[in-house]
Amino acid sequence: MTSTKQEIRALNGDEAVAYAAKQCDVDVVAAYPITPQTIIVERFSEYVHNGEVDTEFICVESEHSALTACLAAAATGARTFTASASAGLALMHEILYVTSGCRAPVVMAIANRALSAPINIHCDHADSMVERDASWIQIYVENSQEAYDSIIQAFKIAEHPDVLLPTMVMLDAFYLSHTLESVNVLADEAVRRFVGTRKIPLVTNHEGRLVPFKLDPENPITIGPLALHDYYFEHKRQQEAAMQSALQKIKEIHNEYEEISGRKYGNGLIDPYRLEDAEIASICIGSTAGTTKVVVDQLRAKGVKAGLLRLRTYRPFPSQDIIQALENVEAIAVMDRSHSFGAKGGPIFHEVRHLLYDAQTRPQIVDYVYGLGGRDMSPTLIHEIYRDLERIATTKQIKTPVQFIGVRD
Amino acid sequence: MDSTWKFTTKDIAEKADLLMPGHRACAGCGPAVAYRQILKAARGPIIATNATGCMEVVTTIYPYTSWKIPYIHTAFENVAANAAGIETALKVLKRKNRIKHDSIDVIAFAGDGGTYDIGIQALSGAAERGHNFLYVLYDNEAYMNTGIQRSGGTPYCAWTTTSPAGRVIPGKPEFKKPISDIMVAHSIPYVATGSLAYWRDLMIKARKGLEVEGPAFLHALAPCPRGWRYDTSKTVEMARLAVETCVFPLWEAVDSEYSLSAPSKVIALKPERKKPVKEYLKSQGRFRHLFTPENEHITDEIQEVVDKHWKLLLKKCGMS
Repeated sequence: MTSTKQEIRALNGDEAVAYAAKQCDVDVVAAYPITPQTIIVERFSEYVHNGEVDTEFICVESEHSALTACLAAAATGARTFTASASAGLALMHEILYVTSGCRAPVVMAIANRALSAPINIHCDHADSMVERDASWIQIYVENSQEAYDSIIQAFKIAEHPDVLLPTMVMLDAFYLSHTLESVNVLADEAVRRFVGTRKIPLVTNHEGRLVPFKLDPENPITIGPLALHDYYFEHKRQQEAAMQSALQKIKEIHNEYEEISGRKYGNGLIDPYRLEDAEIASICIGSTAGTTKVVVDQLRAKGVKAGLLRLRTYRPFPSQDIIQALENVEAIAVMDRSHSFGAKGGPIFHEVRHLLYDAQTRPQIVDYVYGLGGRDMSPTLIHEIYRDLERIATTKQIKTPVQFIGVRD
Repeated sequence: MDSTWKFTTKDIAEKADLLMPGHRACAGCGPAVAYRQILKAARGPIIATNATGCMEVVTTIYPYTSWKIPYIHTAFENVAANAAGIETALKVLKRKNRIKHDSIDVIAFAGDGGTYDIGIQALSGAAERGHNFLYVLYDNEAYMNTGIQRSGGTPYCAWTTTSPAGRVIPGKPEFKKPISDIMVAHSIPYVATGSLAYWRDLMIKARKGLEVEGPAFLHALAPCPRGWRYDTSKTVEMARLAVETCVFPLWEAVDSEYSLSAPSKVIALKPERKKPVKEYLKSQGRFRHLFTPENEHITDEIQEVVDKHWKLLLKKCGMS
């Protein structure tokens, strides 16, 4: 380990994100305030107004314009950053697809917040889960330290010539966004060295010449054309190829980052906890993993072979890593902090269960939809889930494949 | 405000086109003519951005492009935010020595749908923030790309496919939104109206829009033979008649000070030159239903409104 000198700062999740973006020498930030993301844009505005960054901040009139401006600035060659949540992300929906389709490496932080109605400012994952098909890389963090680390990695992932996809980093509303933590921060120079200045890859233009992939009067190219049935599909196929190469790049960049920071989160894609010999395990994303680790430790102390699989990278979906990690687990409870109404369970359940169809021995698997609108996920409830798993592992019987936990029925 | 740009017709004829031939616009397309004229006003390197619409579609069918300059399209309602992002990126990248050009102009193009309706939020925001760019509204007075549906820019009682000339409601029940006045109300340094029939006036205005520091808004009337229902050879005639009847007067507002441009000023000074609105309405199939006995009164009503707006404009220009 060659980790560089670091400093401990008391930061909440939003501040950790803003601090990381500050150190990454972002050229353009365009953002619109929405609770619980506001602290990110507030801190960043302070950096700009105090001359601590060489960044242009566009205080746009909507999230739709925030992402549009970032996309257009990125297409002009700038490193760009924005942040949003909930309704704001939903308003960006259209432009999320345009951003990835234009292969603009925008980085965005999302303070995961429930969608209206009823209007609610607290945590669940509905806002970013509905965007999982938008061809953005999605990284869900467990704590503010990881939020800081992941933003720095995100620029390098998004801008990598083999990836060139926008990247969003998700942190749970309030649990992380507004909760003070001790965060180890790297020196400015160390981060600068790690992310470097944005490099512009070359593309073949319409005359067959290699030119920088940006809006450049010397080498004019057209970005965002109309492509119909004869070419649209190839564009989308390339995005899928980029997603697949991102699997490897995320791991590599995560390893490189470990070298300068001494910190790692599993292999960068998945973050297993006491899973090697586990017979029962839960799967979750975000800050709930922290609480679940406490529960796993308590169960282990009693001799229960319990484990946890935290999915850190949700897009691209690390299928092989998940299958391997769950190889010897007999019963699995997925914890979904969002729901697909009318479907059998939440999105993580759908994908993990679908994946296990290919497993050598298919484990028992159930889904717990929890915590919508910020409803607390207490250790008591998580214990309840593991008790259910113990019963399933013993009886091989699933009574209710999908349950809603911690809710009045 | 005068531009230092002096040019002869020959200069313009010899100046390279930035929008290349081979695009798929219809015969007689007004916007294609207006684009070509406006782009001839370039003073140096330009980055163009276009909202979704006819001109976006016809100029960039992959793998072809008509754009000789860097161009980006992202969506329908956000072209002003594109321009904001590009302009801001250019500013910071220049400061950081990552681009070589001293100055690159930014032009945003959008139709009436992308401006009066779905794009007004992004436009208003970009104008308020003072980005340095020229916004060109090419107004063909309906959603022509999707098949002639009414927009906030469609004139009163015009037929469109969503404001049909029905037995009860004779076309679009509302008047055109005063979009250029709305832009003047943003206190931006330059707003102007133009018509492709008066190409020199239009080009000078485009040039002024590029030269001014801050947001500039150019409202170019661009007739559409498909949507307006006239012969494809009459596009320039329609664009001229709109000015001669004062349906679409030509003016500019520099720092919110209105002044009439020459083609309309002539009419202000010699009111006998003002042609009756009926002449304009009669020339287009979209108003055909107004020339039936039961609807004839509507043409008088339109004349009254045009006269009223013309008077108000003369007042704003200090010519009443």
